[in-house]
This record gives sequence, structure tokens and C-alpha cells, in this order.
Amino acid sequence: MDMISLAHAAVVPVILANLALLASSRLVTCIRLVALQGAVISVTPLIFESGPLTVHTAVLCAVALGLKGVVFPLLLHRTLRRVVVRHEIEPYLGYPLSILLGILGLLASLWLAGRLGVPAGSYRSFAAAFAAILTGLLLIVTRKKAFTQVMGYLTAENGIFLLTAVLAPGGPLFIELAILLDVFVAVFVMGIAIHHINRQFDCIDTDRFCSLKD
Amino acid sequence: MTARVLAVLLPLVLAPLAFGVIHRVKARFAGRQGKPLTQIYLDIRKCLGKGATISRTTTWLFRAGPTINLAATLAALPFVPLGGLPAAVSFPGDIFVFVYLLAMGRFFTIMAALDTGSSFEGMGASREAVYSCLAEPMLFLALLALARHSGDLSLSGMLSAVSAGSWLTGAPVLALVTVALFLILLAENCRVPFDDPNTHLELTMIHEVMVLDHGGPDFAFIEYAQTLKLWIFAAVATSLLLPAASGVLAWDALWGLAGVFAAAAAVGVTESVMARLRLTRVPPLLAAAGAFAALALILVGG
Repeated sequence: MDMISLAHAAVVPVILANLALLASSRLVTCIRLVALQGAVISVTPLIFESGPLTVHTAVLCAVALGLKGVVFPLLLHRTLRRVVVRHEIEPYLGYPLSILLGILGLLASLWLAGRLGVPAGSYRSFAAAFAAILTGLLLIVTRKKAFTQVMGYLTAENGIFLLTAVLAPGGPLFIELAILLDVFVAVFVMGIAIHHINRQFDCIDTDRFCSLKD
Repeated sequence: MTARVLAVLLPLVLAPLAFGVIHRVKARFAGRQGKPLTQIYLDIRKCLGKGATISRTTTWLFRAGPTINLAATLAALPFVPLGGLPAAVSFPGDIFVFVYLLAMGRFFTIMAALDTGSSFEGMGASREAVYSCLAEPMLFLALLALARHSGDLSLSGMLSAVSAGSWLTGAPVLALVTVALFLILLAENCRVPFDDPNTHLELTMIHEVMVLDHGGPDFAFIEYAQTLKLWIFAAVATSLLLPAASGVLAWDALWGLAGVFAAAAAVGVTESVMARLRLTRVPPLLAAAGAFAALALILVGG
């Protein structure tokens, strides 16, 4: 199996996870999907690196895999247990419409990849990465629960990670690691924030913020 | 030549056996002994020996329905290759003839159901029409992805172009198309999770409720056409998973049979481990099949 078909094989789960995230209302499923997507994405730098395996790519992959595949899901599961929610109920945008928008986003990213003149080998991976970013933004904008918005944030981060792996193979390690650390802290803080929102409002619907007065 | 004849003869004889395999797998999952593998042959023979009672409100359409359905399915059969065996008939663009022959069979089944004037049959007919409306574009999308993958517009050609080597280079595409085709197989053959062939409540039936008023030889035709249709879809879906022809006739035939019966066993397992979906949840599942096929198409092209 050559590297290009391996890259294709990695692209498919990423795109499917995007669509499944838009379609699923169960938060546990969402966590698993994001974790799966993160795990797949965190090994892509190995595929796109042109030369022999360097230490810093290996470190980056290992750290990303550890954070995205293990630490985030554990943290999110813990938060989920503390705030008693199971389902995303009544999003601003229905599930069928979300999936449709997700597919449109994928098509738009394919179009964009064509316009930008991305090298043929990474054409689809670029599209998948951009689609993941769009999916993440869509989740953040159209879901009411703070929890699902964190999922959207993580999906967008997955997309950005894949994008750097595609466009700058063997790229700047420190920037990547710094971003990963930022995301780690953000998820940590969000977990605490969700807990506090839950305590304050008895739910984690962010549209309740609209009724806040000083 | 022998191979082409065999690709048509084997399904004609063995198609009901695939149904037996499904029943047996389901029975084993439930911890039962199960009916004999050849039960459906006995059922068909029994029905053929009976007379039929036909309502006076029906017209010739009611009688014609099962016959045309069987004829259309029989006509679609020669387009399907079996494992390594080539299809008996194949020409560029035969996928359209193939799909529309099956659609014609279904159309006449629906017409016959509407012809009874029974409200239940009308309900079943409307459901079947809706599902087939959704399943047909998905089937075309999956076949289109295959056509682009192999650069061949005949069913036999595009399926035989798949080899072990193409799995190495195009595994994501082929895997997506196989999953899409399996979902379409379940939908088109009215299996769980789309429809429960064993249900006995008219309100929940889809395919079965359409054929409630048929009896005797008509019903035997329906049953036989149903087994052939399952065979056709199973053969199409599994020939993707099997490497290309080896050239040895017996080996190719055996390989094809193994594929079809494995597909039947997979259907049995699917039916055992999951429940039938609510009617409103079916279109999203078919849309998922379509999404798989569309994704495969995107991955092939560009």
C-alpha cells in the first residue's frame, strides 16, 4: 500500500466522523466520534512526512494521540458524569439539515482544494481537513448545549491539525505542541466552566445566557 | 460458455437455499434448531400445487403482478456475474437495464397490491414506493462510483475489474461501496432493519402486506422472485470482496457461491443483532448509504 492510498484510507474515517457528529444527538457517541477522529488524525503526520521518520514527528504524533485519543475523552466523560445530560435536545438546526450542510461543506472544501492548487497527493486530505474545520464551526454555532460546542471546538482543532500535517509536513513542532497544550487547557477550563454553568442554571443550554442581566 | 450458463443456472436452483441459510442463522442466534434449509423449496412446491382464490374486485393486474415480477427478476438475472463467473449477458450501460428491470418487477407488485382495493395493501404499497424511491438513486450512486473506479459501464465488467490489486490501491472506495450495497441489499429485499419479513401485524409490514392477498401459484412466484432478488443483490455486493476470476471453472463457481451464502449469513446476523427501525428512521439510514456511495464517488474522481 503506497502512501497516497494510505492517506485516502485515513481521510474516509475523518469525513465519516464529521457527518456522524452532525447526525448524532447522544453526547457519549459524540465523545467517541471526536476521540476516534482525533486518533486517526494524530497519526497522519507520519503519512505525510516525505523523508525518514524524525524524532520530532514521532513525538508530535505520540503527544497528539495521547491527548486526543485518551486524555480528552476521559476528561469529557468525567464532565459528562458530573453534569447530568445525555442528549442534545432541540438544536437550533435540525439533524438532517446539519448533515446536508456538512455535505455542502465537504463539497465546498473540495472546490476550494481545487482552486488553491493543493498538490494532487494531498488534495483529498486538504478537503477533509477543511471540512472538519467547517463541521466544528457548524457544531459550535448550531448546538445549544455547551458540551456539544466543546465537541465542535475539538473537531475544528482536529481539522487544523490535519491541515498543518498536509500543508507543512514535518513542520514546526513547537507551534504544534503549543497549540495542543492550548487545546488541552481549553478543554480543561471548558469542563470546569460547563460544571459551573450547570450549577448556576441547572442545565448547560447556552441560550440561557441571553437572559442574563447585570 | 459453460461459465456463462452456470452463472444463470446456479441461482435458479440454489437461490431459495440462501433464504434457508438466513433462517438457519437467525434460529441459531435465538438458540433454536431452525427449519430445514430446504423449507422454502417445500413452501414453493406446496403453493404451486394449490388453487387461488381471487377477489371479484380485482382486475387482470392482480393476476399479472406476480408473473411480471418473476419475469422481470428472471430477466435481470443474466446481467449478474457470480464470483469469478462472467455474466451471461453484458453490454456497456447494462446497469440501467438491470436496475430498471428490478424496478419494473417492483412496480407491478405495487400495482397488484393497489388493485386489491384493500386499505392495508395500499399502505404497504405506498411505503414500498417511498423506500424504493430512496433506494434506487443510492444504488445508482454506488454503481456510478464503481463505474468510475473500473472505467466500465457494464455490471459484469465493473465487478470483474475489482481484483486483489485494486483493494490495495482503492480500499476506501471499495469498502464504502460494499457497505452502501449491503445497506441497499437490506432495503431492497425488505430485511431488518428496514422491514421485518416475519412480522404478522399489517400496520408494521411493508413488503409482506403487499402480497397478503396472493395465494397458490401466484404466491409461489412471489416467493421465488424474492429469493432470486436476494441472490442478485448478494452476488453484486460480494463480488467486490472476492478477487477476480482464477480461470478454473469449479473454483470460480464455488468462490461465487461462498460469497453469496456468506452474504446471506451476514443478513441473518444483522437481523439477529438489531431490531427493525421506526419508519421515520429509515430514510436517514438510506441517506447514510447514499453518503457512503457519494463519498466513494468523490474519492474515485478528482
